Amino acid sequence: MFRTYLRRELVNRRRQTIIIAIGMGLAIGLVILVNSFSAGVQNAQASVLQSVYGVGTDITISQAPTPPTAGATGGGGRQGFNFGSGSGQTSGGTTNLSQSRLTSTPTQTVFASSQLATVQGVSGVAAATGTLSLENITFSGQIPGGGTGNRQGGTGGTAGGTGGTAGGTGTTGGADGAGGSSFNLDRFTVLGLDPAGDSVGPLSAVALSTGRLLTTADAGTDVAVLDSAYATSASLATGGTITIGGTAFTIVGTVDSTSTDSATASNVYIPLDVAQTLSSNPGMISNIYVTASSSSGVDQLASDLKTALPTATVDTQADLAATVSGSLSTASSLVTNLGTWLSILVLAAAFLIAILFTISGVTRRTREFGTLKAIGWSNNRIVGQVAGESIVQGLIGGVLGILIGIVGIVIINIISPTLSGSASTGTGVAGAARRAAGGAITGGGGEGGGTGGGFGQRGAGGGGFGAAAQQATTSVALHAPFTLEVVLIAVGLAILGGLLAGAIGGWRAARLRPAEALRSVG
Amino acid sequence: MYELVNVTKTYNATKRKVTALDNVTLSIPNGQMVAVQGPTGGGKSTLLQMLGALDRPTSGDVSLGESRLSKLGDHKLAEIRAKEIGFVFQGFNLIPTLTALENVETALAPLHVSGSERRDRSQAALASVGLADRLTHLPAELSGGQQQRVAIARALVKSPDVLLADEPTGALDEETRDEIMTLLEGFWREQGLTLIIVTHDTAVARRAERRLHIKAGKVKDA
Repeated sequence: MFRTYLRRELVNRRRQTIIIAIGMGLAIGLVILVNSFSAGVQNAQASVLQSVYGVGTDITISQAPTPPTAGATGGGGRQGFNFGSGSGQTSGGTTNLSQSRLTSTPTQTVFASSQLATVQGVSGVAAATGTLSLENITFSGQIPGGGTGNRQGGTGGTAGGTGGTAGGTGTTGGADGAGGSSFNLDRFTVLGLDPAGDSVGPLSAVALSTGRLLTTADAGTDVAVLDSAYATSASLATGGTITIGGTAFTIVGTVDSTSTDSATASNVYIPLDVAQTLSSNPGMISNIYVTASSSSGVDQLASDLKTALPTATVDTQADLAATVSGSLSTASSLVTNLGTWLSILVLAAAFLIAILFTISGVTRRTREFGTLKAIGWSNNRIVGQVAGESIVQGLIGGVLGILIGIVGIVIINIISPTLSGSASTGTGVAGAARRAAGGAITGGGGEGGGTGGGFGQRGAGGGGFGAAAQQATTSVALHAPFTLEVVLIAVGLAILGGLLAGAIGGWRAARLRPAEALRSVG
Repeated sequence: MYELVNVTKTYNATKRKVTALDNVTLSIPNGQMVAVQGPTGGGKSTLLQMLGALDRPTSGDVSLGESRLSKLGDHKLAEIRAKEIGFVFQGFNLIPTLTALENVETALAPLHVSGSERRDRSQAALASVGLADRLTHLPAELSGGQQQRVAIARALVKSPDVLLADEPTGALDEETRDEIMTLLEGFWREQGLTLIIVTHDTAVARRAERRLHIKAGKVKDA
């Protein structure tokens, strides 16, 4: 009887059923869209983070930077290039100078690699690997005959700021009176990493383009893997060589980011031990990448790691997500703020419509329910009937909502808007602060720059000379996923809306006096 | 058998208390056909609510057989209405979205009979009122007389002890009125049920074994 009565009511009062179903459907469809869009943005954020931190990195550990010491210019202290009187090669009256140096990334503080063992000993750590973030700077130039004099060019400070561009060419003048000198500063980022630790860390998010990746056998050897975008811009290829810190490295492979149109975390990857030796940082690392045993235990693990390493900066993926900037960040903010509130508003309106229609229906059916009570229907049976009708109307709305949601998701995926985001290995909140600080420090020109030549600077990455951090800008085509979770949300909301309307409508019906049916008696 | 002893029912109106039944004492034996007449506002509606277990008196006692209706809770009263009392209303009170057959089935829903038995009994009830060929018709597709026949089938399908009819012919023409009354009398005789008809129509009232007159809450045998 229940099903027959239910079916007849829904079919014969189809206008009410359609209005409630459309209202619920629009609201649920919007919730699905917002939810799916939000998941797409989160995936895009994860993609950006993966390009820097690697797949499966739950936590990164770094050390807070130490403030510059008095008298130093910039966080990295005074750095310079010194050329002796016999430096360079003279040919045709022109002396060619070149010097390369590999230093730790100025705003990244190095720390003992023994801390990696401490991290690996913490319960809940599935895998951890250490890296050393470095920067290679090559100072080169040509000086016309007339001697070089005492030249102490140099990098001076370590400033963040905008990327460097080619400087002007030298004209005339200068300390030695020679004219037409020209200097160039070439820089690129180098990441020393454990060749065996490719399951976590930056290399876990790359795809091999040419050659091969680093292997355990590469430890202690001068081999390098290059980001393919950097290799192209620097006219380098697998099988060639690249000079890092004055040492020639054999290029064994190139890699691409797994994200579209983006660079990998670094320009060059070399074995960690070689990086430590060349940069004069034996036994030191600058970052630790950690994968947690359980995704639900990340926060607890971060807390435990903070306890184990009190001076370290421990950042989770949630912290890292906050560092993602660009249109991706705008989209995330849009979804979080406007999307969520819009969903709540529309959902509340749909629930209200369903409730009002149900109450109106009960009022209109007063005599009907009174008659049913008069012929022996209990309150429970009548409440169940009203609630059942509301729930089914809600479920129809849920199905409609899923269809609307699917159409919306398909449209989003067809349009596939491209969002760009940047993340920096100057990780987390501390990293952001470091980046801000870096921007405030001015870059240093060479002291006693010698001749009045131009001073070129070729930045390889996004940062300026002495940039604060390695930064990867990733463009991600937004894909809104359709998941079981989305369906469950739709069904849950449909039942909730139906139950709410049914409970209130049923309560009204239960309060009716059966004598209502006999009102016509004088 | 109905027993009403010193039954009083009062309602609180806006500024005054209305006495709908005033100290009524009444006995209606099983199987009796009773017509209740009286002016509008005289208390017919309230009396029918007491007899139909739809309301409780302010004071006094109402019994149907062994059941003291004035002392029972809502759930028990619903059970008694479902099993022992059939209602026929002036406006037919059919569910507009259900077919004739389904309307009759609603009376059996609280009795937990199986679906097939429910359908069989309902079909038989409709056949007994001459509507075997109107099973799938909606109320709106039936005439007034046919709708009242469906209502009678719904009231009788559960084989009640009592049939309470509220102006059952009030919305019908004379010819149809006579058909409906003949039908009701036939069931009353065949099934031995107690038939209580509230009516303004003297022609209907004359067909009853006993006629009650109610005025200002007081009930008298006419």
